[in-house]
Amino acid sequence: MPDLRDLYQEIILEHSKAPRNYRELKNADLKAEGYNPLCGDRFTVYLQMQGNSIHDIGFLGSGCAISKASASMMTQSLKGKTRDQAKRLFELFHETVTGRATENGNRAELGKLAVFSGVSGFPARVKCATLAWHTFQAALDGKQEASTE
Amino acid sequence: MTIAAGLPRNASGTVLRELPHFDVERVRADFPILRQQVRGCPLVYLDNAATSQKPKAVIDAIVRYYEHDNSNIHRGVHYLSERATEEYEAARKVLQSFLGAARPAEIIFVRGATEAINLVAQTYGRTHVAAGDEVLITAMEHHSNIVPWQLLCEEKGAKLRVAPINDDGDLVLEEFEPLLGPRTKIVAVGHISNALGTVNPVATITRMAHAKKIPVLVDGAQAVPRVAVNVQELDCDFYAFSGHKAYGPTGIGVLYGKAALLEQMPPYQGGGDMISSVTFEKTIYNKVPHKFEAGTPNISGAVGLRAAIEYLDHVGMDNIAAHEHELLEYATDAISEIPGVRLVGTAKQKAGVISFVMDGVHPHDIGTILDQEGIAIRTGHHCAQPVMERFGVDATARASFGLYNTKQEIEALVRGIQKVHEVFG
Repeated sequence: MPDLRDLYQEIILEHSKAPRNYRELKNADLKAEGYNPLCGDRFTVYLQMQGNSIHDIGFLGSGCAISKASASMMTQSLKGKTRDQAKRLFELFHETVTGRATENGNRAELGKLAVFSGVSGFPARVKCATLAWHTFQAALDGKQEASTE
Repeated sequence: MTIAAGLPRNASGTVLRELPHFDVERVRADFPILRQQVRGCPLVYLDNAATSQKPKAVIDAIVRYYEHDNSNIHRGVHYLSERATEEYEAARKVLQSFLGAARPAEIIFVRGATEAINLVAQTYGRTHVAAGDEVLITAMEHHSNIVPWQLLCEEKGAKLRVAPINDDGDLVLEEFEPLLGPRTKIVAVGHISNALGTVNPVATITRMAHAKKIPVLVDGAQAVPRVAVNVQELDCDFYAFSGHKAYGPTGIGVLYGKAALLEQMPPYQGGGDMISSVTFEKTIYNKVPHKFEAGTPNISGAVGLRAAIEYLDHVGMDNIAAHEHELLEYATDAISEIPGVRLVGTAKQKAGVISFVMDGVHPHDIGTILDQEGIAIRTGHHCAQPVMERFGVDATARASFGLYNTKQEIEALVRGIQKVHEVFG
């Protein structure tokens, strides 16, 4: 049986209560709004690019502890990454929260984001963990909206 | 199980007999699904406003139908078709009697409350609502009693007006009445709010609207499983509900309509069974209710719904209402005592629904933590986003009671909420 402590790890709770980069970027080059119509979670992700790299990233919005902590830790992980690195990270993250990542290599590459592996025991919460990432991806692709549906 | 349909009834259709003592443990024994462990804990099912569990009588009736009676209705000359037709039409009569309708023809079988409301919007609405007209709803409606009217208003250039609710979640009648204007063509109101538990004074609303010759549709999806409903006493023109929230199967529901209105309404969908003759030049429609039941209907659904209604009659709607009221009071006291918890929806008249929010904890997280204890509640906007907006929340956690819930289960819920506090510190 999945354990609640695997889902609500200390660092996740901490980020949900005090999210990092929780701000609008006034001079954002790209932004997108993400929405989960099932639960009403809603985030806006702002990106400031420098060439092919993410110079700055911020987010605003509301959602559950998992979605908020995921958004917060995502912004920390993505700052300074290139588009390709960011895309790779999202893939790894997605594999992790859906329980498909097994090789240790993934976990090392994910860094702190590996704490979200506990989500895989709670399939109903995968969309919470990935909402901010989908929104980020939409912003990066120049789309204005992302939806988990 | 006693077949209540055959028992004597008074003028309003209430079964005339002594109400048996309500024994929740005996009721629970009728619901096979409740005898299970979820995540190592006994299942505590508190999501009845989303859908209810089914008693063995309903499950057996459906099995019996498919094992013995299955055939298409209203067409075959053979034995089984006759029997299936009889079963289907007998279900209609049981529903008529249960809702206190004047005639069986006033009971139209539909997929559920959603289809019932769409049917009225697309038939009565399209022929009576014109540009500049108004449709009046309330601020506590479920999406299913908002969107069909929005679609109609968009098509016709009509206006959707919304009667306000106060901070307790009560409809403000003094503000509702003046909204009934010369352009108001129909009023659509929920009997019991799925998000707040508010019981609306539908008889009063109907009286106010009828004083201005405006018909009233009542969305009874949450009411039929919770309180005794008599459509003639309410005097509403349309009443919609879903079988699956009333301990019946999914995919079947009822639209009650006053015969005089149904007869003048155009058909909803075209197809078989809704016609009396078809040529390429002209089709003559069948009589009410068949005019509104195009195609092979959900026959086993109607059979299952009949069994559910007879079960409710057997237990007694007054017993059910009293039991759920007791649970509601017990839960309201216990939950409002938990620090950091706020109830959303504190109307004077409420039925078995408790919506709440917790400081610093999103309802989704509450739902996951309770689920680990085997407790099923609903979290989210409950298909009532305007209600969430009215109360300034994105979502709530909602516990909704059914006739089989117990005080022990509410105690488990309270312990679960305390656990949420422990996890979130």
